[in-house]
Amino acid sequence: MSRTRWADHPLAQLTLVRFREFWREPEAIFWVFIFPVLLAAGLGLAFRNRPPDVLKIAAVTPELARSLRQEKLLDVEQLSAAAAEEALRTGKVALFAAPSPGGAVVYRYDDTNPEGRAARMLADQAVERAAGRADPVASSDRLMREPGSRYIDFLLPGLLGMNLMGSAIWGMGFAIVDARRKKLMKRLIATPMPRHYYLLSFVLARLLLLVVEVGVLLGFGAWVFQVPVRGSMLDLAVLCVLGSLAFSALGLLIASRAQTIEAASGLMNTVMMPMWIVSGVFFSAQRFPGALQPAIRALPLTAVIDALRAHMLQGASLAQVAPQLGVLGVWLLVSFTLALKLFRWR
Amino acid sequence: MSDAAPKAALCVCNLRKAYKDVVAVDGLELEVRWGECFGLLGPNGAGKTTTIEICEGLTAADSGDVEVLGMRWSADATELRQRLGIQLQETQLSEKLTVVETVRLFRSFFRRGPEADEVIALVQLGEKRKSRVGSLSGGQKQRLALACALVGDPEFLFLDEPTTGLDPQARRQLWDLIEQFKLAGRTILMTTHYMDEAERLCDRVAIMDHGKAIAAGTPRELIASIGAEHLVEFSAGGAARALDVSALRRIEGVREVRAENGNVRMQVTELHRAVPALLDELDRQGVPLTELRTHSASLEDVFVILTGRHLRDE
Ligand SMILES: Nc1ncnc2c1ncn2[C@@H]1O[C@H](COP(=O)(O)OP(=O)(O)OP(=O)(O)O)[C@@H](O)[C@H]1O
Ligand SMILES: [Mg+2]
Repeated sequence: MSRTRWADHPLAQLTLVRFREFWREPEAIFWVFIFPVLLAAGLGLAFRNRPPDVLKIAAVTPELARSLRQEKLLDVEQLSAAAAEEALRTGKVALFAAPSPGGAVVYRYDDTNPEGRAARMLADQAVERAAGRADPVASSDRLMREPGSRYIDFLLPGLLGMNLMGSAIWGMGFAIVDARRKKLMKRLIATPMPRHYYLLSFVLARLLLLVVEVGVLLGFGAWVFQVPVRGSMLDLAVLCVLGSLAFSALGLLIASRAQTIEAASGLMNTVMMPMWIVSGVFFSAQRFPGALQPAIRALPLTAVIDALRAHMLQGASLAQVAPQLGVLGVWLLVSFTLALKLFRWR
Repeated sequence: MSDAAPKAALCVCNLRKAYKDVVAVDGLELEVRWGECFGLLGPNGAGKTTTIEICEGLTAADSGDVEVLGMRWSADATELRQRLGIQLQETQLSEKLTVVETVRLFRSFFRRGPEADEVIALVQLGEKRKSRVGSLSGGQKQRLALACALVGDPEFLFLDEPTTGLDPQARRQLWDLIEQFKLAGRTILMTTHYMDEAERLCDRVAIMDHGKAIAAGTPRELIASIGAEHLVEFSAGGAARALDVSALRRIEGVREVRAENGNVRMQVTELHRAVPALLDELDRQGVPLTELRTHSASLEDVFVILTGRHLRDE
């Protein structure tokens, strides 16, 4: 056996145990590393922004066709009147334009079809402009399509926050309650093991796994969806560490007395479920009534997610997310103090 | 062990512990001398585990005094933890760790002690050192638990039912280990349900019932205290009808004789006098002896006589 000094330190041994127990539990790896990525991939694909479709229309005369081709979003085909009618009926084109006496234009389309309505607007605009209409108000477009404002950009910080909460609370809760139930904890305190090392080993293991966890999810987001991280990496690290510590303390509190896995998982779900819903993981927490907002903002998951969004998407500094950091700090202190008071080793 | 300072390795004085509805330990007195193996015997619920866990500093007593290695838990807990080896009645070590990982973990808590691999070899788990704890058999798990108790090179070993649930061979392997530890001059306090185990391993035993020690001494003393030391059984074959049982009762040292279907069972105090006299008497009566067995009275018999109950319900 290769013996190194640091590895024989009880804290190193205890932390190694945490890692081994984690790596040797395939389900845990799935839920912590793979599930959030799958979720991000699935939702990112479902809500991806498609390039605007080009609408197919037909024109019955060459002049009309020429006018209509001025509009880039229209794909214009010149057809005979009969062929155009046929193409419209079979859905090959959304609309066709035909001349009518006196230089007027007739648009034929189905007004219950959004594509038809859109084609009508675009076609009419093109025809009027070709006929010499001047727009009295100058306008230009600035498109909302750049990274940072899509749904996936909103979603990823939410998933990251949810993951920080889940892995800390589950990781802490199950391991501690399981050790208590099996009397392993009692066996450990029958040795000279310094008790705070036991708790510290959970925190250390959590922080080390955090690097992988955050790295995998953000790396995936950056690589596949170009989700930006605009704030500094150091600030991101501080945010994630503080969030994870606050949730770990909450997990410790939940696990401080529970004697069975069932009791613990009931408690954990009771604590986490409301936050999954109201803290703005998948949709903005602003959608809940104003009266609830102060309470929602006081939740640790809301604080983490709001801070992560501000940091990643707007490049906010730690000073700009100070209220959220404050909320997390209070949760950390209160949960940890209570947990130490309530904790049972057997 | 230095007899200089404290006179006993463990002193338990007027110990009391009550749970909500039961008094688990009720004014217990106990003294374990340096270098001896002391056995706590008693039926289920007698208070053995409660007693041993109070001595291990894991449970707080309601009242009474406990002194281990001349120290008290209130003052010297850290030092005591370094010097005691503990095996709990029911501990499930982490199933996902291997044997060597588990022992290294426990080793890391102690200032001194043998290398993890030495202890593993000692408990004969060398072949299993890389196996997951979850895949070990019951006997192997017990030996691993013992390894975790031995890894700090303890002066005093607490074993709570170390062989319960093991097959005879695994039990004998564990006995050998405990005997080796004893030979090194260390002190042991153990609980057990098995009388043969106590008789083989323990220098002295205490029999506990309802939280009290109802008898204490060497196994021999306890057995002697009930009067009959030996049991003699023989078959008198077809000639049983002719056997004069009252003549057997008159033999010196015979306490009681019972004859059933030609099998005779006698309680005897002095085997070396009673057996020759018995043979002479049978010879005189002309009864052919087809079978003769003797066995010593056991702690089991002691317990039955003291409490009117059996140690184990079997
Ligand atoms: N944590 C507890 N809460 C309530 N009662 C308890 C507790 N621990 C033990 N007891 C009770 O105290 C009594 C003594 O229990 P203890 O475990 O000391 O017995 P034991 O002699 O070790 O029995 P066994 O041979 O079955 O291990 C029992 O009646 C038991 O029910
Ligand atoms: Mg017991």
